Parts: sequence; structure tokens; C-alpha cells
Amino acid sequence: MRTNWKRATQLVSASAVALLALSACGGGDIASETQQNEQNAGSDGDCGDVNMALNPWVGYTADAYVFGAVAADKYGCNMVYKDLKEDVSWQGFGTGDVDIVIEDWGHPDLEDKFFAEKGDGSATNVGDLGATGIIGWFVPPWLAEAHPDILDYKNLNKYAKDFATSESGGQGQFLGADPSYVQFDEAIVKNLGLDFKVVFSGSEAASISAFQKAEENKEFLIGYFYEPQWLFADVDLQRVALPPYTDGCQDDPAKVACDYPETPLQKVASTKWLDSGSPAVDLLKKFNFTNDDQNTVAKYIEEDKMSPEDAAAKWVADNADKVASWTS
Amino acid sequence: MTVLASKPEPGAAPPPVEVESRRAAAARKWVWTAIIIAVWVVLWRIFHGDATLTLGQRDHTPLHQDLTGFRDSVLASRDTNPFVSLTYSIGERLTSFADWLSRMISTKDFPRPYPQIGWLGVVAIATWIGYAVANLRIAVLVLVSFLAFGAFGYWEDSIDLLIVTMLAVLIAVLIGLPLAVYYGTGGKVGVGILTTLMDIAQTMPTFVYLGPIVLFFGIGTSAGVVCTLVYALPPIIRIAGHGLRRVSPTTIEATDSSGQTSWQRLTKVQLPMARATIVVGLNQTIMAALSMATLAAFVASPGLGKPVLRALQSNDVGGATVPGLLIVLMAIMLDRTTTAASLRAEKASRGGHDPKWRRIILAVTAVVALALVYVSRTYSWAAGYDNFLAQLKSSAGIDLTSLGRNTANLVDDVFNWISSTFDGITEAIKNIISYGLLNPLQDLLSESPWFVTGLAIVAMASLLGSIRGFVSAVVGCALLWYFDLWHDAMITLNMVLVATLLVMILALVFGVWMARSRTVDFILRPLLDAGQTIPPFVYLIPVLALFDATRFTAIIAATVYAAPVAIKLVADGISGVSATTLEASRSTGATTWQEITKVQLPMAKSSLVLATNQGLLYVLSMVVIGGMVGAGALGYDAVLGFARSEEWGKGAAAGITIVVLGVMIDRICRAAAADPNDQSSRLQLEWVKARARFQGSRSTV
Repeated sequence: MRTNWKRATQLVSASAVALLALSACGGGDIASETQQNEQNAGSDGDCGDVNMALNPWVGYTADAYVFGAVAADKYGCNMVYKDLKEDVSWQGFGTGDVDIVIEDWGHPDLEDKFFAEKGDGSATNVGDLGATGIIGWFVPPWLAEAHPDILDYKNLNKYAKDFATSESGGQGQFLGADPSYVQFDEAIVKNLGLDFKVVFSGSEAASISAFQKAEENKEFLIGYFYEPQWLFADVDLQRVALPPYTDGCQDDPAKVACDYPETPLQKVASTKWLDSGSPAVDLLKKFNFTNDDQNTVAKYIEEDKMSPEDAAAKWVADNADKVASWTS
Repeated sequence: MTVLASKPEPGAAPPPVEVESRRAAAARKWVWTAIIIAVWVVLWRIFHGDATLTLGQRDHTPLHQDLTGFRDSVLASRDTNPFVSLTYSIGERLTSFADWLSRMISTKDFPRPYPQIGWLGVVAIATWIGYAVANLRIAVLVLVSFLAFGAFGYWEDSIDLLIVTMLAVLIAVLIGLPLAVYYGTGGKVGVGILTTLMDIAQTMPTFVYLGPIVLFFGIGTSAGVVCTLVYALPPIIRIAGHGLRRVSPTTIEATDSSGQTSWQRLTKVQLPMARATIVVGLNQTIMAALSMATLAAFVASPGLGKPVLRALQSNDVGGATVPGLLIVLMAIMLDRTTTAASLRAEKASRGGHDPKWRRIILAVTAVVALALVYVSRTYSWAAGYDNFLAQLKSSAGIDLTSLGRNTANLVDDVFNWISSTFDGITEAIKNIISYGLLNPLQDLLSESPWFVTGLAIVAMASLLGSIRGFVSAVVGCALLWYFDLWHDAMITLNMVLVATLLVMILALVFGVWMARSRTVDFILRPLLDAGQTIPPFVYLIPVLALFDATRFTAIIAATVYAAPVAIKLVADGISGVSATTLEASRSTGATTWQEITKVQLPMAKSSLVLATNQGLLYVLSMVVIGGMVGAGALGYDAVLGFARSEEWGKGAAAGITIVVLGVMIDRICRAAAADPNDQSSRLQLEWVKARARFQGSRSTV
């Protein structure tokens, strides 16, 4: 019995060695694909891995995957997408975990910590994305039509009771989105003396379905929303006017009592990565993506249920001239 | 939470003739409780809204600022602080090792378009391991599971989840076994400290330490492995330690008399004799790791949690269900494999040798597996699962390429039908419970002055748990007050109480039913097992769609999550009621209803108490997830602290408050259950046993 066992072991190890030797030179189609990738990567300097943070809203996904599609196709970059909230993404610049945040809506506190002027310099602003972000308070179109005066914050208290739900404790309900987004709604409500309570939907998708449902069933709903967003093509949400934004009125988060500014969305990248000589750095600098571009791709993903890769590939194929202007 | 056996109280045994007076004592208790509540309600009416310690959603206190400041200073010093550089280098090593593994078996090893070993090779090796450590049945289970991972389109995520889980389990065993030895044989003080630490590790919401872990270990796999480890370590320490302590003292004395050293005693007597329990601990650690590794997707740790999280962000019910079910499949696979492996190992240790034919089969299949590894390195259809599915479609006409998406769409259709058909009903249920129960109770708890609510809690705790209940409540309330989130804590407590009530109703109905009918037990048990392993995010999405972003959604999600444990505990407790007692009651002509209420439930009282306690703790662990879907209060504070760096201190305070609530409730319950009028030692033993059984099978958030 013992010899049997021994023989079996010998057999196994012998065949293992033989197989490994064979597999080392084996290749066929896999080898040629590898070669192809190597050539792609070699043509314009070594790109390697590019760590792209994916912040949790579909517009961001659209930008990120279009950038990734071009980077992988033209420079052979290996795109690594990381689902992260905004604050965590910024922490990753210093450690090499994150190279790019492609759509930043303005984070003065994070800029103080990570930009060179005041912080550790691990992050650098690469410039405008090309899209403009508009955050604001929105109501469904039927409501704006039925009660036009609701579009002025001064009249909101009049309707507070109509906005009440089981969650708002007798006050009106204001629907917040994902707590990680740039927002000052609790402070605005408090400082403008509005009889509302902020209740969070938890995600972009939950807010979208709430607005769709409110429009469909003609329900009262007011909440945090933003452009660029593909939903506006379907449900043309109307913005409620708050006291206009002035410079510095949002500096102290607890004292905010004004509307959100129009934000030119920024591209932010890790300083280390920018200095790495990756060919994708140049692409990032030239990358320009407008509100319309973003809405197109976001709609492919959200409404047509395409995968982000397919949606980006489709847009890239349809917009060869724009892509060419980034890579020249 | 605690498996520390308490000493039986001498002299506390109930005198035999005191049934009457015990009943009178119980009645007195109820009268006193009613009086306390009545006084509370009166004070609430008078002082409504005064001194409620309400803190605005974005306001913080100096304590919260200090905590945030501490975090900021660690972050600012991360390049110079030696401790941070140590943890960072550990994190980097973890990540690079996991990356290497994943380039070997799961993801493309760039520029190579596939991993070094393609899917076919991985399946072959895994199946072979299944056969080698267990048996043919397990091998088939492993084979089917791995094929399913790929067929539903989640090959890479599944293997990544497996890598992160196994890495964490490996480290947990390396650290956990020595600690378990200490836990099982060490002194009282040290064990007490260890117990408290483990209590905290298991009750602390993940979101609270996810942030700091990223701070110390970096984003991605490393953070994933570390937070999985924090959560998965306690079960193996507790259960293995428990096994070691239970080794019979006579055996130890007998072997000690032969003059063995303490090392010999440990390795030759204690460890081998506790082997079965240690394996149970390992099993529970694997389950805990699996559930936590899913949640680690929040810090970009790879695995099946990623698609689930993305689906949550886009309200995609079907898209979450498919990977969710694959996680359940993986849990079943790992559970059955470890169990079968331990049986085989036990047989082997008793001297049962493998038959010759088995070794030959092992050798032959090893060769086959290696051959398949070679194939998977050579041909692209054997390397990438997508290619295989495409090949299957073109050459055999079997189209599985969109199996995952089709299943998801099917789930979506079914779900859309449910939500549109029952829309009015779900709305009505939500409103009845919210306005009828949730709102009034919340008003009483949170809108009374804080000292009134606090005194009421302390008074009731003393009534139910005498001196130990009193101390627990006083310490607990003081800590709640100290962390400046009293008002939020009361709102959370309210949700926890209502959810626990629902859990116990379900537990009583289904637990009794399961105990009385083998068929029901047979049908329900696998469903309950699945309910315990499926990640909460998966059912959060449909519940959210049915009930909107409300506290009610959070309560339902918590109920779904906690009910399986409570139902199982009640069912097991009632099945444990001796058949002779039942016979006796039947001979007196008791009706079924009388039999349940007068015999079975009272006899299973300890299980009911335990089920309530575990239900409460499970519910509490879902509080944070509730915070993400409009439930607010402590859960929201913890999520906010994770999401926004300037709120970290408040989030940390919220996390600590949740732990305090959990520990306080647990201690009061235990004090109440250890009422000397009951047979306290038997109850404690039950407690310890049941807790060991369920420890770790819960997946906290």
C-alpha cells in the first residue's frame, strides 16, 4: 500500500513538472492578445494601471468610463475603477490608491487638507471638466404649474403641511439625497426659518424614483437635485429660488442661508500620478466633457440599461472628432 | 455577546412551596412597571419637548469636534507617524499579496488578457480540493458553485470575494487560536477584558471603523481584509475558547498526575479534545468573514459586494439579487465543506485510514486537474468565462451569455408586479404602524426630558434585573448622555424596540409552528439559513421600493434580518421541552392552545428570553443601514461620519452610542433572565450554549 502511494505521488509530481514546462511555452491566441496589449501599452510610454475613483452618481460613471475607454484604447492603460465616496477618494491620493477624481463638485475642506497651498499637496487640480454643476431645490413640474408661487422659498412655509409625511414629524419633508453629496440643506432650512425636516433618500436612484413617482401621482415633493442629470429630459423638475449665492456665503457649513452656486466641475488628480509621465496624464488635461455629453451617456446606462463600458464605447464611436481633439 | 459563564448563585435555589408567592411577585412586578410607565407618561405630558438634548443634523458639540480633530491630526501626520507607516506597510503587503493572488486566478494579469490560471483550471483545482478535504458530494457542490459564479457573469467578483475572505480567515486563525487558548485557560481579569473587547468589535457598526481603517491601512483590499478580520476574529476566540474550557477536569487531572508540562497538557489533551468545537469556531469565523467582506465594498475592496452596492445605488432589485444569491451559495459551499472536512479529519484522527482506492482517485484526479490548468493557460475559451459562454453559444447553440441579466430581469418583473399590485396595501401598513405605534412611542422616549426617560429606564431595569440591572442602566445612560447624542439614541432605541416586537411575534408564530410540525421545520429551515447569509443590502432595495425612505423601511429590513435567528431559537427551545411533560399535559385533556401557552412556552422560557435578546442585538446591528434609507438618528450619524470627513467625530460618537445601547440592553436582559427566582444555573448554561451556537452567524453592519 505504501509503495502504491509513493508511486502515485511520483506520477503526480512528474506530470506536474511536465505540464508546467509545457504551459510556460504554450500560448496560441492568448499569447498574441498579450502581445497586442503590450504593443498598445508600449507605443506612448508605459501607462500601466490607472486608478479611477467612481463616486456614487451615474453622471460621474459616465465621465469616468468614457475617459477610461479612450485611455485603454489609445494608450493601453489598465483602468481600475474603485467605488468610493468623495471624501474617501481624496484620502487615496496620498497613498497611490486613487489617481483621478474626474468630476469634483467643490470641497473646500478637502482642498484645505490635500492641495499644496494649505495641505499636504497630495492632490492637484487639473482644471475644468467642461460641465457645469447646478445644485438646487427642486419640485416636480406639476406642482410648479399648479402652485407657481411655490418656486419662491418665502412661500414654502405656506405649503409645509402638504409636504408632511410619516417621517417628518408634523413638519414638511425635504428629501435629501446621499449624505455624502455636497449639501447644506439642514442649515438652509434652519437658517431661513423653514418649517421643514430633511429626510434622506440615501442614493441618487432613490431620489430619482421619488421624483418620478411624485410627478406621476401628483404628490407634493421638494428635494435636493442637480444638473447635469439625465432625468431632466423626462421629468423637467423646476428649481425653487433661494436667497442668491454670494461669495463666502457657504464658508461656514452651519450658517449657510443661501442658494448653491453654479459650479464648474473640476478634474482632480493625484500629484504623484501627474508626475509619473503616464500618457493618460495628457489625456486627462485635454479631456472635456459637457453636460450634454454626460447626459447622453448617463441615459444609455440608466434608462437603456447598458453596461458603463458599452455606453462609453458607443459614445466614443459616435463622437470620433471630440475624442480626436483629446488625443492629438 | 458574552459567553462568559457566570457562577451559579448558592442559596438562590427556589424553595419548592413558593409557586404562589412567585406568582405574586410577578404580579407585583407588572403593577410596578405599569406605575412607572404611568408616571412617565404624566411627566411627558407636562414637560413635553423640554431638555430633550436635541442636536441638529449638522450640529456638533466640542466632544465631536475633538474626535474629528484627533482624526485630522492622524491624517496630517501619516507621512511621519511611525505607527501609521507600520500599518501602511502591513496594508501594502496585504494588498500586493491579494493582488498577486487575484492576477493568478481571477483578474487579467496585464498585459496578459486573462489571469495566469483560467477559470477551467481554478474550477478543477477547487473541485479537487473539495474531494481531497471532504468527499465526492462536496466536490460536486464546489463544482456546481464555481460554475454558477461564472455562468451568472460574476466570475471575477466571486473569486475576489473568496480571496479576501480566505485571507482574512487565515489571519484570524493565526491570531485567534493563541487568543482562544488564553480565553479558554486564562485568568478571570484578562478574559473579562478580552470579552469586552470582542463585544465592542461585534457591536460597533462597521461604518465607524471603516474610516479609520482606511486611514491606517489604505483603500481597497487591505482595508477590506482588516475590517473583515475585526469582525471575524471574535467567533473563533469565543467558541474555540469555550471548547477548551469544557474539556473535563477529570481528564486533565488524570493526565496531570502523569506529570505532564502545561504545554503537553495543551497540545496533547486540551486541543485534541476540543477539536470539534474549534472547527465550529472556524466555521463561524468563515461565515462572519464572508458577510463582512461584502460590506467592505464601501472602501473599494473587491468582491461580490461591489455589484450589490452598485445595484443599491441605482435601485436595481434584480441586479442586487443575483450576486446576493451567489453570496448565499458561496456561504453554503464553505459551510458544508468545512463541516464535512472536520468530520473526515475526526475520522482520520481516530485512526481510520483512507482506503486505497481513494488515494488512487486523488492521484488520478490531481493529474486531470493539472492538465485542465494547462488547458486554461493555453486556450482563451478555458481562460475567460465570457469566451467560454460565447463558444458554447456558437458551437453548441446553448445561450447562457445573458443568464445573469435574464435572471435579474425576471426578478425585476416579479418585483414590479408585487410593488404595483400591493402599493396601496404597503402604504397602509406603513402608515398604521408609523402613526399608531412608532410615532407615539418615539414621542414618549425622545420628547420627554432626558432625565425623565433616563430615570424610567433605570427604574424598569432595576425592577427586572435588580442590582445588576440597575448598575447596567445607570452606566449605560450616563455614557449615552456623555456622548451628546441622547435624542438620536432615543429615536434609535424606539425603532429597535418596535422591530424587536415584530421579530418576537414572528418568532413565536413560526417557532411554535416549526417545533410542532416536522414538515414546516423541513421547509423553513433552509430559508432561514439563506436569510441569515444573504447580505442585508439585497433585500433593502425591494423593501425601500415598497415602503420609501422611512423608518418603517429600516424596521422591516431589520426584522427580516433578525427574525431567522429568533425563530430558530424559539423552535429549538420548544422542541427541547420533554416529551413526557407533553404526554402528561395531554392526558389531562389540554387543548392545543392550552398546551402551547401553559406548557410549551413557559417551559421554553429561557429560549424565549434568549431569542428576544439576540433579536434585539441583531436589530441594533441593522440600525446603521437604516440610517442610509431615511431612518435617521444614530444610523444616519454613523453613515454621515463615514461619508463626510468633517462629521467623522459625530459619526464615531454615534458608533460608540450604538455599542453602549447594545451592551446596556444585553446586560439588562441578562440580569433580568438571571432572576434568582428562576433556575438560574440552568438558564445560564442554556444561554452560553445557544450563544456559542449563534455567535458569528450574524453579519453586522
